[in-house]
Amino acid sequence: MMDFMALELRPLFAVLVSLIAACLIYSLGESIRPNAREGITITAAILKIVLVYSMIPAVLEGREISLEVFPVVKGVSFAFNVDPAGMVFACVASTLWILTSFYSIGYMRGHGEKNQTGYYAAFAMCLSAATGLCFAANLLTFFIFYEVLTVATYPLVVHYRDEEGTRSGRKYLAYTLISGQIFFAAMVVVYAVAGTLDFTPGGFLTSEMLPMPWALVIFFMMIGAGIVKAGVMPLHSWLPAAMVAPTPVSALLHAVAVVKAGAFCTLRVVLYVFGPGLAKSCGGSDILAWMAVFTILVSSLIAMRKTNLKARLAFSTVGQLSYIVLGICILTPFSTAGALYHIVAHAFMKITLFMAAGAIFVTTHKKDITEIVGLGRRMPVTMMAFTVASFGIAGFPFFVGFVSKANIIFGAVEMGRPIYVATLIASALLALGYLMPVVLVAFKKNIVNPEFMERGEANLCMLIPLVITACISIILGVAPNIGLHLFDMSLMAGNSIFTPLM
Amino acid sequence: MMQNLPVLIIVTPLCSALLCLLLTLINKHFGRAVVVIATAASLVMSVIQLKSVIEDGVIHYAIGNYAPPFGIELVIDSLNALIIVVIALIGFMTVLFAENFGDKRPVVKGGANAILALLITGLLGMTSTGDMFNLYVFLEITSLSAYCLIALGGSKGVVSAYRYMLVGTVAATFYLLGIGILYSATGTLNMGDLATILNEGGFDEVMLVSMSFLIVAFGIKMALFPFHGWQPSAYTHAEPGTRPLITGVMGKIPALAMFRFFFCIYGTDFIYVRYLLVLLGIFSVLGMLYGSIMAMAQNDIRKMLAYSSVAQIGYISLGFAIGTPVALAGSFLHMMGHAFMKGGLFFCTGAIRYKFGTTDLNEFGRIYKKMPITSGLLVIASLSMIGIPPTAGFFSKWYLALGAAGRHEWIYIAVLVISSLLNAVYFFRLIEKVFIQSSKGLKDRWSKGELELPLTIILPVVVCFLAILGIGVFNVKLFDILMLTLEGVGL
Amino acid sequence: MMTTISAFLASKGIYLLTLILLSLGVAGIIVCNNYMKKLICMNIMQVAVIFFFLCFGQKDGGTIPVAVDGLVKAADYINPLPHGLMLTAIVVSLGTTGVGLSLLFRIMEKYGTIEEDDLIKREKKF
Repeated sequence: MMDFMALELRPLFAVLVSLIAACLIYSLGESIRPNAREGITITAAILKIVLVYSMIPAVLEGREISLEVFPVVKGVSFAFNVDPAGMVFACVASTLWILTSFYSIGYMRGHGEKNQTGYYAAFAMCLSAATGLCFAANLLTFFIFYEVLTVATYPLVVHYRDEEGTRSGRKYLAYTLISGQIFFAAMVVVYAVAGTLDFTPGGFLTSEMLPMPWALVIFFMMIGAGIVKAGVMPLHSWLPAAMVAPTPVSALLHAVAVVKAGAFCTLRVVLYVFGPGLAKSCGGSDILAWMAVFTILVSSLIAMRKTNLKARLAFSTVGQLSYIVLGICILTPFSTAGALYHIVAHAFMKITLFMAAGAIFVTTHKKDITEIVGLGRRMPVTMMAFTVASFGIAGFPFFVGFVSKANIIFGAVEMGRPIYVATLIASALLALGYLMPVVLVAFKKNIVNPEFMERGEANLCMLIPLVITACISIILGVAPNIGLHLFDMSLMAGNSIFTPLM
Repeated sequence: MMQNLPVLIIVTPLCSALLCLLLTLINKHFGRAVVVIATAASLVMSVIQLKSVIEDGVIHYAIGNYAPPFGIELVIDSLNALIIVVIALIGFMTVLFAENFGDKRPVVKGGANAILALLITGLLGMTSTGDMFNLYVFLEITSLSAYCLIALGGSKGVVSAYRYMLVGTVAATFYLLGIGILYSATGTLNMGDLATILNEGGFDEVMLVSMSFLIVAFGIKMALFPFHGWQPSAYTHAEPGTRPLITGVMGKIPALAMFRFFFCIYGTDFIYVRYLLVLLGIFSVLGMLYGSIMAMAQNDIRKMLAYSSVAQIGYISLGFAIGTPVALAGSFLHMMGHAFMKGGLFFCTGAIRYKFGTTDLNEFGRIYKKMPITSGLLVIASLSMIGIPPTAGFFSKWYLALGAAGRHEWIYIAVLVISSLLNAVYFFRLIEKVFIQSSKGLKDRWSKGELELPLTIILPVVVCFLAILGIGVFNVKLFDILMLTLEGVGL
Repeated sequence: MMTTISAFLASKGIYLLTLILLSLGVAGIIVCNNYMKKLICMNIMQVAVIFFFLCFGQKDGGTIPVAVDGLVKAADYINPLPHGLMLTAIVVSLGTTGVGLSLLFRIMEKYGTIEEDDLIKREKKF
């Protein structure tokens, strides 16, 4: 008799739960009532959250949770291995799935969307893939989930089935599939030279296996897949284009699954495949860090010029994701922990912003910043949440964004890179520059917009999730370790990578 | 019974083909029933045979108890046992599927069923045989029945069939000439015997001359670029009911024969085979690019898939060109996977044609609402063609790329990547048409019953769907089975 | 000089003729415009290969492989196998010709022509 509650099996179940949900929703969706359909989503989300959280104590104790399911190709298993880094991302993804699910229900119904069945099925599929790549123990397993994520996101991007959506969908596929295939080629080469694909903290490639020019080539072939999804310039342009999708999708793309998967891919490749030593000696990490610096500054400047709220947030995402990439490339324990924690921090802050933008759109049908003058009167709660998240993005103390940025800055100081420090500080100011106008415009006292006289928030399904995420952004800012010990896990991950070297 | 399995698998459909026409004259259902039963029996026996090959090793069967090398021998190793299962399975499903298409006149229908059974016989025979001349006979059985089936596809089909017949006969004649040269020098027709004699040395010129004829012969038969000229129009205009078998399997069996000749009989120690592999590599690379690019330009789904076959055959021959056991295993995995992908896509095409009467891509707007199961297969098969995990296509590509990396053939890896991206362009176009493009309001020709289509169409579609995922997930098992034969073969 | 040539022709000349026949067949398939002629060329090509088999089946001093009293050595009979094989090949070629002719019949019925360039023009109308 197999023990179905065994710790080892839980990562598999966490993946399967949403996979099964996706299949159920797709096959039953049209024939059951919407409530039942959304019931499946919510049930799966709760089950998943329980499964993921239940693994936290073991991870904190430093126990290995690994499971080999079956050999996926000759010599490589389809295997899961739960480590602190993966756990951080999994916690974020599973927590936010349940919130976005409620939010989606509110949004999709409030907005009377079509094709909801396909939407929920693809959403569950994305989450399944995201969890899978958190727990993947080797590159091939990781790649399988990564490609599934790519494909499962496509129907979400083209959700409206119109000209613009189709175009964005093509753009998205072009970027992600090309980079994915190049990743595949690099992975084959890595397997051919190293004979293994298992993630190892500190990397498994050595400079003997890959002599110098090849190391850099393979590094960028692999990192390409990561930075495309993470939207590092100059490979970011699919991300603003994908804004045509419904707002919950944007929230998912930007905060929960897709771009974070890209950042996570970068993390895995730099620190678990190449390792700090090789990444530094081949020069890849420095080049990447400079790309990140460039992205942070330029994207903030572009964001200021966008008047469409979602477009502005999209460019903000592009910049914020580069923090993570920069944090990884600084190659110190603190900056790595900061980068990982920024996955958490940015997730909660950005999802709040997107949910607020979506709530504004559903209630008032306004997309543009110039149109929402005085909105604070009508939707004070939403706008308060927006304000909180804006402060977080700018990295004010006592907001969650501060914790991660402070750690990245520690790392940069430790490595003696004043330019990185300056970039991070400058970008905080720039973030204020593009988010504060929204807040100020909305709360403008002296102009009374007749449209926004009456109080009228979005419906509760949408309001409650966004208030929760806003609260979490403050709580985690004050006490980064509360509840799920996410900060401890980030630190553990950072230390595990760099301990063998010290 | 058990020890006669190899020959029974071939003879059962052959007998059914002969009986079919006769029985059709009595009652129009009898003829078809006998073919269905025979192919089903063949399928069951092939599975049993595969099991016994895996357990007990290679089967040598002497037909009529004439001892080889004088008598005809059937040799079943793990490689062709697997391929036989694939042929029998797709053959069986095609027989079921074909019921819904084509001329309704009982005699024509009966004849078509008989020819279909003959085609299956020919394919099974080509795969099993260990005798060069016997291979020629089965090759001709396959080709003749294919000409007829293609000709049944209407006015354009007749012309395509005629052109295919001319080219195909040239191929068969060249094959005959090739084995004639080999036979005149060695005095044997048995492949195993021939391999032993040739490896004793001193036959270099004979081997070279025969090899040049054989490349052309197999190249034409498997529609390898640049010998593919007959293929797109023949695949496009073949009889819709039998198209999955023709497109999915028929092109691959000559590839298997090619493998037998170049790797098992000549052996890669023969220096000219090395040169040949380079040539084959060039052909494959060009074919993969050419096929994909041509496929992008098509508006008719049948033609698009036909050109995509040119590219996919390139994958198979690329594995041969790389030539290591891993890459060869990749080739054969792709052969099996692609049989289900291409077969499956043509099952879908047939299903759409049956329901809506169109094969024009631009009219496919949102048909997924009316036919969710078919669209499901369409998506899975397309993803598999592109090589997205966890479908069959990804894993064959993995082994091919791994083989290429093992021999430091970086260009081949690059071409694999480029080709899958080109595939992505036209297969996502197909997905876009089916799921996103606005509906053209096509008239539904089948609205009775609970299912979206008759059961005989749904069943093949579902089987292909499962097979594509199954080959993907259990590829290691298949790889191990293939390795029983491929270990030590090649470079 | 002349003797070498005639010796060569005497021993291998028949293969040369077969080769010419084969090339004629292939060239005809490529060059001819009329489908009927293409079919005839196809037959010529097949016959060339049959000749080839029969030629190398010959043996000096051998007789037809039917048991004759007093001849017991293998060297006394020619190898019957190529003939057997060619019997099959002839049957196959007959089958192919049959299929080809019936296809031609159909083409004539549907298009009213078996000239290739006319056919290409009419094909576009369908």
